[in-house]
Formats: sequence, C-alpha cells, structure tokens
Amino acid sequence: MAGAFPQFARKAPRGASVILHLVGRRAASALLTLLLVSIVVFTISGLLPGDAAQETLGQSATPAQVAALRHEMGLDRPGPVRYVQWLGGILRADPGQSLVANMPVRDIIAERLPNSLMLAGFTAVIAVPLALAMGIAAAVHRGGKVDRVLSLATLSMVAVPEFLVATLGVLVFSVKLLWLPSIALVSSEASLGDTIRSCALPVMTLTFVVVAQMARMTRAAMIAQLDAGYVEMAELKGVPFGRIVLWHVMPNAIGPIVNAAALSLSYLLGGAIIVETIFNFPGLASLMVNAVTSRDMPLLQSCAMIFCAAYLLLVLIADVVAILSNPRQRA
Amino acid sequence: MSGGGFSRRTALAGGLAGAGLLAFGRAQDVLAVPRRGGSIRVATQSSSTADTLDPAKASVSTDYVRIGMVYEGLTTPDANLRPVPALAESLESRDRQTWIVKLRRGVTFHDGGDFTADDVVFSLLRHKDPATASKLAGIAAEFASVRASGRHEVTIRLAAPNADLPAILSQPQFAIVRKGDIHPRGNGTGPFRVRHFQPGVRTVGERFADYWMPGRPYLDRIELIAIPDEVSRVNALLAGDCQMINAVNPRSIRRIEASGSHRVMATPSGLYTDLIMRADAAPTGNPHFVEAIKHLIDRPLVKRALFRGHATIGNDQPIPPFHPYYNPNIPQTTLDLDRARWHIAKAGLKGVRVPLYCSPAAEGSVDMASIIQEFGAQAGLELAVNRVPADGYWSTHWMRHPMTFGNVNPRPTADLLFSQFYKSNGDWNETGWKNERFDRLLADARSQPDEALRKEIYGEMQRIVHDKAGTAIPVFISLIDGYDKRIKGLHPIPLGAFMGYRFSQHVWLDA
Repeated sequence: MAGAFPQFARKAPRGASVILHLVGRRAASALLTLLLVSIVVFTISGLLPGDAAQETLGQSATPAQVAALRHEMGLDRPGPVRYVQWLGGILRADPGQSLVANMPVRDIIAERLPNSLMLAGFTAVIAVPLALAMGIAAAVHRGGKVDRVLSLATLSMVAVPEFLVATLGVLVFSVKLLWLPSIALVSSEASLGDTIRSCALPVMTLTFVVVAQMARMTRAAMIAQLDAGYVEMAELKGVPFGRIVLWHVMPNAIGPIVNAAALSLSYLLGGAIIVETIFNFPGLASLMVNAVTSRDMPLLQSCAMIFCAAYLLLVLIADVVAILSNPRQRA
Repeated sequence: MSGGGFSRRTALAGGLAGAGLLAFGRAQDVLAVPRRGGSIRVATQSSSTADTLDPAKASVSTDYVRIGMVYEGLTTPDANLRPVPALAESLESRDRQTWIVKLRRGVTFHDGGDFTADDVVFSLLRHKDPATASKLAGIAAEFASVRASGRHEVTIRLAAPNADLPAILSQPQFAIVRKGDIHPRGNGTGPFRVRHFQPGVRTVGERFADYWMPGRPYLDRIELIAIPDEVSRVNALLAGDCQMINAVNPRSIRRIEASGSHRVMATPSGLYTDLIMRADAAPTGNPHFVEAIKHLIDRPLVKRALFRGHATIGNDQPIPPFHPYYNPNIPQTTLDLDRARWHIAKAGLKGVRVPLYCSPAAEGSVDMASIIQEFGAQAGLELAVNRVPADGYWSTHWMRHPMTFGNVNPRPTADLLFSQFYKSNGDWNETGWKNERFDRLLADARSQPDEALRKEIYGEMQRIVHDKAGTAIPVFISLIDGYDKRIKGLHPIPLGAFMGYRFSQHVWLDA
C-alpha cells in the first residue's frame, strides 16, 4: 500500500533497515540468552541428586560399577571442564553424544523434532484461525449473545486442565466410540491418513488449551480499535462492515494478537508434556523430561537450547509483524 | 538329555543337573492347537532413551521384553522357577564348580551366522569388562574362566562351587550375543529379529524364520511400545490400540474385565517393598525397635487396601510362599500392639520421634508408611513420615537414613536374593547387618549337592532373617497384566510380567 504514495515510498527502505537492525540486535541478544540459559541449565541440573552413571545403573548400582561408568561417560572430570567441552562442540555444530542412549544427540533429536513440529504445526493451523474467528466474532457482537457464549466457552477452556480434556477425549472417542486411536502411533511407516488420525486427539487437546488465550486477546485488541474514531469515520463513509474489520481494524489490532499467538504457540513445543504423556506422543518435551530424569546432560542441554531458540524466534516474529503492521513503530 | 526328535516336550524338558523333568506349559496350552500368524502390539510401563539392545545393560521391563524377543539365554526359567534348557542342551557338573555346557546345534543368529561356543564365551566374559557396564558384573566376577572346549561345548569354572549356575544363566542379562558384538544391536538367536528400534519410542520385531524351535514363534510381528501413564495404558488396551499391557493398577481390573473382550492375568511374584531398619544406626539398630515395628504392620490391611487383594502376605523374609525353598514352619508375624508397646518400652523409645523415608519410587511405600505411622502412634511410637520424590531416590535416600523403604524385584534363585541383600558384604546389604552363621549357611547351600539339605539350609536362613534382620516385608506384590482375550498361550511365571518377559515365543493369536 505504501508504494502508491511517493512520500511513503521514501519511508519504506527506512522501515526495512529498522527491521534488519532489530533482527540483528535480537539475534545477538538471543545468542547471549542461549549462553546464559545453557549455563543455568547446566548448573541447576548439576545440583540434582545423582548423575547419569547412578541413574543408568539404578537401584542396583554398586560403587565400583558407578565409578567405572562415570569414567566411561567422562563424568569424573570437573563440571566447568565438561561445560566448556560441550560449548566447544556446540560452536562446531556438534551437540555431542547422549550419555545414556549411546547415540549422537543429533540423531535422537532428528527423530523427535519433526514429530513435535508436526504436532505444533497441525495445532497452529487449526487453533490460530479458530481463535481469530472466535475473537473477532465476540468483539463484533460485543455484549450480545454470541459474545457471552464465546466468552463462557473460552473461559471454561482456560479453566479446564488439559489432562481432563485429553482423558475425556480418549474415553469418548477411543474407548467408547472406537473412532480414534487412544495413543499417538507416529512412525515413519505410518501413512499420512494414519498419522492424522493419530494426531487428532492430541491436536484437539492442544487446540483447546491454546485457543482460549488467543481468542480473548483478539477480542480485547479488536474492541479497543472498534471504539476508535477512524472506524466511525469509515462507517459514516459507507465502507462495508466486513471490510472495516478486516482491512482497517485488523492491521491495527494485529500487534497484540500476534504477541498472544506467539506466546501460545511457543507453549506447543515445550509445554506439550502432558499431552505427550497421555497420548504417548514421541515428542521433544517428553525427551527433555527423560533427559532430566536420566541426568543426560548433553541431551538436556540441546533440548533446552531448542525450546529457548524457538521461543526467542516466535517473539521476534511477533515483533517484526507488529512493526510491519504499524508504521508508527518503525520510527 | 532326552532322546532325539524335536517334539515340543522333548526339546524343552531336557535333563539339567539339579533340575527335574518338568512339562512346560499348562495342560490347556498343550491341548489347544496354536495358530500361526498375526501381529500384536505390546505396551509396557517404562521406556526412555536408555532403552537398549544390549542384554548386559537391560534394567527395566521394556528391556527384558525386548531382550526376550531378540536374544536367548543358555537356560530359561519355567513356571516353577526352575531353569530349563534353551540354547544349552545340558549343564553338568560333578563338583558344582566346573560346569560343562553342551550347546544346542543348528542354531543360527539373525545374521545367518552359526551359534557356537565362541559366542557363549564372548557373551559371558564381556560382563567382566567394566566398559560393558553390565548389571550383573558382580555375579560375572564369579566366573573364574569360561572357555570353549569344543565347537558346541563350553567349560565354565567358577571361583567357588555354586549349584545355582543354571538358574543364574537364565537371567536376561546373560543372553547370548554374537562374538565380537561389543555394542550389541540386536543380532541374537531369539524368535524375533529387530526390524525397527528407536529408544524411548518403539521396537518392532519380525518373525525369525530360521528360529531353531520348529513352528515357533507363532506370531509374525510384535511391536513393543511403552505407555508410562497407567490410565492411558489401560485405555489403549480397551481401545484396541495394543493387545497386551503390564503393570495394571489393581483399581483398573474391574474396568478391563467389564469390557468382555479383555482379561487380566495376575502373577504372584517375589516382588516386595520392604521397610529397612539400619543395624548400624540408632534407634533402628536396637532389636527391640525392629521387633516393635514388625508387630506394627497390619499385613492383611496392606494386602487389601494397597493391592486390592493382589498380593501374598509376607513374613519379613524374602522367599515367597510359592518358592520351592520356602520354609512354612516360621510363625507368621502379625499386628500385635501390646507386644509392640512392650518392645518400645524395653527399647526406651516411648515418645521419641523417629524419621521414616518413603517415596513413590518404592511401590506402595507411601501408604505403608502411613499405616505403620498410625499403628505406631497407638503403641506410643512417634514416626515422622518424610515423603521424598521418586527422582533420585535410589541414589540419595535408599539405605542412607536409619529408616527407608526398598523395592526388590524377583530374583531367579534364593542364593541371589540372600547374597545380594543379606550377606554381610552383599552389594545391597540393605540393613548393614552382619550375621556369621547366615554367611556360613549361604556358602554351604551353594556347594550342597543334596536338594533336600539345601532346602533345609535355606529354611534356616529364612528363619534367621525373619528373627534377626532389620527388614520388614509386609507383602509380596502380584504383577497384573491385561490382554486381549484372543491372545492364547499365556501363563504366569513368577519372575515377572508377561510370563517372566518371555511370552514372545509362546503366545499365539486366535483370530
């Protein structure tokens, strides 16, 4: 839209440079954040009772076995040395070897990350449009029946814990009706249809969890804009109401909405632990919990880095979208 | 060794030194005609990135099932906990110190290689290498030498006589791998070959066509997954997403049976959760204190309330009543508040606060602690119950305070239980007690050739533990499996769920 007016055309490159500048600054601070997070994760997990050697050998460990395995795993070296070595590996793009699985961390994550991304992707594709539709509908019919029904629905979605949603879903759709599998059987062999069927209940549960927050945020942002003078002006000019909402109000409201969406979606990767547990979904969140309980430091660190990076990336995208949609923020 | 031919009975019921002839399955399994084909999915309760195809590292039920599908040991335990031949045809010894193991011929590994004595020598000796991180390194230390004395014969020389070698070799960790496989990846002789293996996700086994037992296995494919959440596991069974599950909570039994198409199998087992009172700490080192605690446990209540009846009452010694060496003549300890009061007064502990550590890591211990605390209060003993998280429990709490709970899995022999948990220098001498007579009897029993005398010796050891050791064993916990009733050929083996984890070659699908 800017290209049509010469005075805006001059501003466009400036906007681009602002964004590039922002992205560059954010990338630098993201690296620093990742470094700090890795130090914190390493330090705190080091405080947990027991180490990978003890957890691997379990209840039946003898001191001699523990010492031998500790040596084999390299856990007999001081913590800072191990950390620096891990850091060196990461800088060479090598996340190291899992202490417990005896496999490269890269391979383990390569198996799980696509599953988590798929789950998050399916959920986002369903949840974001649904939340926008609900939020817009509620805002437009503010105070009316539709608004009250939607508010009640979203509030109860926030209030109901996801394990209850998941368990009820399984009881109804799997055990009683036998429509959908009760556990997610995701594998490379499964056909697309099977995979979608497997993911149906987890996606439904996660949608339930994330949609409410986004819908309420959309409603609030839209209402703030619907009260603005320019909306009234557009209405007086005879612009159709649908067009006002989508073309005039939406770009102004998008900032907070995208922010809410980014926060909700970042939850899908790391926060899906309950859904992963109930549906036995082989995702990253349960992998990280595994890594914590088995004290598998390289694996734990890599998972933490991925979650942290995903979060930073989503927040960055939200900021960029907000700036693009609102020229005032480019200054 | 019984005569030639490979009928099902003769193949399995060969003669082993120390073990009598035993028919394998129950009568009904022999009568029903097994059907070939079909594919099932089996879900156990735990799985992680630590899942392994290395028998030496096997440590949880999922590992045992996987190892049982892919590999085999020289011997395997039967329903009466006696070892019967598997890859060995016979194990013989005159002095119980030097053993001649005759191996089965015509057995092939999944990669097509012949199974020979070299594979056995390699598989047994690798446990002695610390780099293997074997769970049974302590037991393997007793192999003084293992050498091939023929292409199909191995001579094992032990550091000291041990009549239990056939049973010891039946443990999943001693399964045979291919010579040279330092990190075994599934090349075994077992009934199923590995098709897919993703640690923490699943294992797919497909029927090994060249398996040595004719006609076996019956199933074409077994997929092994884990569903750690019990409710999800039961739901998956009822929804038909898997056909066999283990570790069913007694509370779920009614749900499974109500479905009409599923059944449960309860396996009385030697699994127990014990209250450990350290002999080297105060006040738990005081025999009066130990006696008082043992009389403060309402065992029928533990059995009824915690396990809904799926348990066997214990008597503070680790041999369960269905074990061949069980001593039935030891009087049963029961809840007796008066006696407990008397012992508490004798120990001078009235009103003293004693901490007690329990954790979900030791099954049922949290509820047991509450029960003991309640009766303790009635008898004038104040127990402070500390509930600690399961994570890290074994390395930071177990045996490290005067009163903690342990959880002991079934062991294939009485000797292993006693030598690991009660011998003065045992690896996990939980109470830290020392009893010279007990240690001497343990060594005697190992070298005792006469079965009746061994039973007598083990009987006396049970009495000593019952009377003197600081472990209270309220009940033995039954293992509960749930399965689709089309699955046939299952029967309990008290060493673990799913027929002691060895169901894969026995079950078939009746479509």
